[in-house]
Amino acid sequence: MTPAHQAPESVLFGRLSLEAIPYHEPILLATFAVAALGGIGVFAAITYFRLWAWLWREWITSIDHKKIGIMYMILGLIMLLRGFADALMMRLQQAIAFGGAEGYLPPHHYDQIFTAHGVIMIFFVAMPFVTGLMNYLVPLQIGARDVAFPFLNNFSFWMTTAGAVLVMVSLFVGEFATTGWLAYPPLSGIYSSPGVGVDYYIWALQIAGVGTTLSGVNLIATIVKMRAPGMTMMRMPVFTWTALCSNVLIVASFPVLGATLALLSLDRYVGTNFFTNDLGGSAMMYVNLIWIWGHPEVYILILPAFGVFSEVVAAFCGKRLFGYASMVYATVVITILSYLVWLHHFFTMGSGASVNSFFGITTMIISIPTGAKIFNWLFTMYKGRIRFDLPMMWTVSFMITFTIGGMTGVLLAVPPADFVLHNSLFLIAHFHNVIIGGVLFGMFAGIYFWWPKAFGFRLDPFWGKVSFWCWTVGFYFAFMPLYVLGLMGVTRRMSKFDDPSLQIWFVIAAIGALMILGGIAAFLVQIFVSFMKREELKDETGDPWNARTLEWSTSSPPPPYNFAFTPIVHDLDAWWDMKRRGYIRPTEGFIPIHMPKNTGAGFVLAVIATIAGFALIWHIWWLAVAGFVALVATAIVHTFNYKRDFHIPASEVVETEDARTKLLAARA
Amino acid sequence: MSASATADIAATDAAMQGPTPGRDFYVRGEHHPENGTLLGFWLYLMSDCLVFAVLFACYGVLGRNYAAGPSGADLFDLKLVAINTGFLLASSITYGFAMLEMQQNHKGTTLFWLFVTGCFGAAFLALELYEFWHLIHEGATPQRSAFLSSFFTLVGTHGLHVTFGCIWLVTLMVQVIKHGLIPANRRRLICLSMFWHFLDVVWIGVFTFVYLMGSLA
Amino acid sequence: MKPFGRLFRALAIIPAFLALAGCEMVVMSPSGDIAAQQRDLVVISTVLMLLIIVPVIALTIAFAWKYRASNKDADYDPDWHHSTGLEVVIWAAPLVIIIALGAITWVSTHLLDPYRPLARLDASRPVPEGTQPLRVQAVALDWKWLFFYPDYGVATVNELAAPVDRPISFQLTSSSVMNSFYVPALAGMIYAMPAMETKLHAVINKAGVFDGFSANYSGAGFSDMRFKFHGLSQADFDKWIESVKASADQLDRAGFIELEKPSVRVAPRKYGSTPADLYDAILNRCVDSAKMCVKDMMRVDAQGGMGLAGLGNVFSLAYDQPRRQGAHVAPQARYVAAICTPEAPRDGRTVEAPIAAPLGKRASLEPSTSAGTARVASSN
Repeated sequence: MTPAHQAPESVLFGRLSLEAIPYHEPILLATFAVAALGGIGVFAAITYFRLWAWLWREWITSIDHKKIGIMYMILGLIMLLRGFADALMMRLQQAIAFGGAEGYLPPHHYDQIFTAHGVIMIFFVAMPFVTGLMNYLVPLQIGARDVAFPFLNNFSFWMTTAGAVLVMVSLFVGEFATTGWLAYPPLSGIYSSPGVGVDYYIWALQIAGVGTTLSGVNLIATIVKMRAPGMTMMRMPVFTWTALCSNVLIVASFPVLGATLALLSLDRYVGTNFFTNDLGGSAMMYVNLIWIWGHPEVYILILPAFGVFSEVVAAFCGKRLFGYASMVYATVVITILSYLVWLHHFFTMGSGASVNSFFGITTMIISIPTGAKIFNWLFTMYKGRIRFDLPMMWTVSFMITFTIGGMTGVLLAVPPADFVLHNSLFLIAHFHNVIIGGVLFGMFAGIYFWWPKAFGFRLDPFWGKVSFWCWTVGFYFAFMPLYVLGLMGVTRRMSKFDDPSLQIWFVIAAIGALMILGGIAAFLVQIFVSFMKREELKDETGDPWNARTLEWSTSSPPPPYNFAFTPIVHDLDAWWDMKRRGYIRPTEGFIPIHMPKNTGAGFVLAVIATIAGFALIWHIWWLAVAGFVALVATAIVHTFNYKRDFHIPASEVVETEDARTKLLAARA
Repeated sequence: MSASATADIAATDAAMQGPTPGRDFYVRGEHHPENGTLLGFWLYLMSDCLVFAVLFACYGVLGRNYAAGPSGADLFDLKLVAINTGFLLASSITYGFAMLEMQQNHKGTTLFWLFVTGCFGAAFLALELYEFWHLIHEGATPQRSAFLSSFFTLVGTHGLHVTFGCIWLVTLMVQVIKHGLIPANRRRLICLSMFWHFLDVVWIGVFTFVYLMGSLA
Repeated sequence: MKPFGRLFRALAIIPAFLALAGCEMVVMSPSGDIAAQQRDLVVISTVLMLLIIVPVIALTIAFAWKYRASNKDADYDPDWHHSTGLEVVIWAAPLVIIIALGAITWVSTHLLDPYRPLARLDASRPVPEGTQPLRVQAVALDWKWLFFYPDYGVATVNELAAPVDRPISFQLTSSSVMNSFYVPALAGMIYAMPAMETKLHAVINKAGVFDGFSANYSGAGFSDMRFKFHGLSQADFDKWIESVKASADQLDRAGFIELEKPSVRVAPRKYGSTPADLYDAILNRCVDSAKMCVKDMMRVDAQGGMGLAGLGNVFSLAYDQPRRQGAHVAPQARYVAAICTPEAPRDGRTVEAPIAAPLGKRASLEPSTSAGTARVASSN
């Protein structure tokens, strides 16, 4: 989409015109048709089954951390499909564009795809998965009824979704950035990227970033203030610990991203000179700032995954986690060190040997606590009785895969080695190795582990195993060739190649990507099949895995109030301790439970933010101003609402709890 | 259940071993967790602090890239900025008076001091806008050099915060008039107080590093 | 120990596999000494880490197998969760490896600092006394490479040559966006960035034709931003230089402004002559002499700027667009105007904006030779 003759900006529509619709691009047109048909289908189904009111009441306006957690996971899954479609297109392009062939994607299109792939996978797949899991689990694990700021939680979710919506809109209206996922200036500056692509990038991330930061504040306050009595810091489940550290990282890094993107937007919109070539700007400033956010970001993603593995390993080995304290210290050390390594992303900028080796060595030091964690999981398995259900399969696969990724990561931390491998496909292989092998495998382990808790039935193991093997084997097929290609000196973000001897490796990688496609498909089939067989796979105990932490002490799915009575914690692995010491579930004496009320304010604010963002992208100034005023006004109106809570009457609690008592009695 | 109760449980647990049937595994009455609003707001302020840290860092790196244009010494009117600083510092003190009155549960005087605070805030903004207008009128626009870009952005972001503080202040005054000094409003007043003092602290940084050091250079 | 036996056999296959693929891996079998040392570092680091990685993976598989739930013979100790001795080992073992690797990193990063002039031609030969390195000034353009040979007064586009076993000293910059200069067979990469200069020292030990390219994504023409690097014997190199000198094409300032415009798949080009100061002008963004050079601007700024008088001293260039796709919708770029001196006269081709007359702090301006390198600029 390079409009040769763009009309001057109009007052009413800014630079938006019909030419922004890519109706001459068959790939996009087909995608749009499919998306539109799907959208109409969903819309019609909701209307037909009269679900709109239910959707609004029970989900969109819900401030229940469990429902918000599930919505985050759904967002992540939908965006995974989009991000993975981009990945497949890239693999296909690189597998065929050889020896003069241009492939089927011109550079302008290909460049958008790899940019969108990176942005979507990090911000709208990995982040929602991680945030969703933390949202769902943290209050349950610490014995709380909800998060500290339930309304804020709803708002955060919808802001994240607003960002995702803007990225998706860019597919059909205008274009996305062609700058790579971190949009380095001067390339992302107004002179090199005058179109709307970078503006979509900026506003999508800016709006989603607000949500992420606030959700970080929320979860820290929740963990610090709302733990059940008796749960000291050193009795917190490891997942909660990693969630705490991850959210500290969010609060301490996302503002940097926001500020940096704001400066880039000032350069683009106002004509300031922060990152320009002339008039005193410094593009290196941007590269430093973006990585000061960017490196902690990878630990924001991986720490909760580490937490998941810790919970899974302890549960499926039937054993207390080996070295809880050292696990906690390792997590905290990683949290702190993650701020001291950002420069390893650009050793090749010429910072000088001493600076480079400082950052290289700090990077290596992170591998020590990480290594300690791996050993802790290993020695939890030692003298355990390991049940190889799906979560544990993912965990073992992670331990092997992640170790390899960690090794190549440390290799890249040696500056002179980085000089020959930087920006190569070796680097691509490395970070997919740790993000897929670490974060994504962790999310799958977590989904399989906690699915019965969230929905009251297990996932069908057959399709889960199909998915697991497709993913694991597919991963090795897709990324090991990239290591080889990196050593052959092939650089990233290329849309075509001269050397025909490279092609075989790209073809293998494409086959690997297709296997992963099989893994994703099997996962979706599995959800469908399990839903159909939900009676058969039902979990009535609330503790299907004989697990250890508090979330398993309540029913599956948990009631809106989580716990009829707030638990008292006496030991690490509180639920294991309760089971062991003869805990008897209370069946009487229920009292009304104080709960926050649902509100639509978060959704409304996010919709306005989306519109304002869209207006800013297209220079529709009147709409941007109106949107901004509406945002402030809505926020003020919302603060005039003082009646934000209610009591669940005791009778309702009795009813819910009695139903569970009967269910448990019937089993016994 | 308070923090000391938590410690008690921890202490007694250490002594207990083996199955203990009489042990309490749940709170039998209503459990009130601590309110996290003030902590949450602190965390938000720290995140905001990082935004300013980035802007200060940019100013630190780019603040002498005048692009053969004017420097701070050529542009800044220290007297004006000193008066402005006085306004903001005074507003912090009057906000403090408002908080003292709030603790005495004096609605009227609380509102009075809030009003005075708001006036100082507005005066600060007016002077800042005048300064910006004057600079831009002279041709020292944010586009002229990286120094001016980072100057306008840092000072402007602070001003934007003060603007929001003023809007929030007015909103809160209306809410206090409407509902009185109820606990929810008190909590909000404390939050705004933290925000207001935080902006004061940031301004001291701006005044020192941007204006004073810029003028002396 | 059955699982171990199987594992080791599996591991033994990996090096064999790598050796098979190795013949094409330029990073693992480079032709220049710097790249070779970097390769050695890759290998040493990998081996060091395998010392801990292999046991971890082996133990993972072994434990997973041994302690599977169906194996009722294995010990089961649900309460075993702490061992001080083991804790010490699991923290100490990685620590030892990292200490070793850290020491290697510190030393090698300094020895292989691209800014450091070479001390040796290869493992066995030091650089002979009095050797002058071949100087090459490389400029990343949209989307091609321009090379100056200041020792010979010539320039080439998308073709680079150097004599075997003679140190090469690169100075690198870019005209618009960040790029990275990378010839895998020769040496590791270094960024080329506008208004900044980076440096690279390297030597090629074998004659041959090698691939060079930009290793940092720089926009639509990036995939074609490739060139051939020719390692030549001294005699062949002399011949090559003669062939460049024989070219009737000249690259002057006007020619550069034309060349700088975005283009893809530019065929190699030779320029028989080029002004000695052109590279410096490119680096300082003042090829159009109406623009103030970055080095002069930094000098003025170091003196506290040009005061209010400098405010109006900016202008735009009429020919400055369109530079890129869709750039006609972008606002006009603005530049600081040069102070008119005999050394930098207005050349009449540029759109000249009126310059405010009194230039306050001009007295201290003197011609300078060095521009801000990346290192200097980063502290500015």
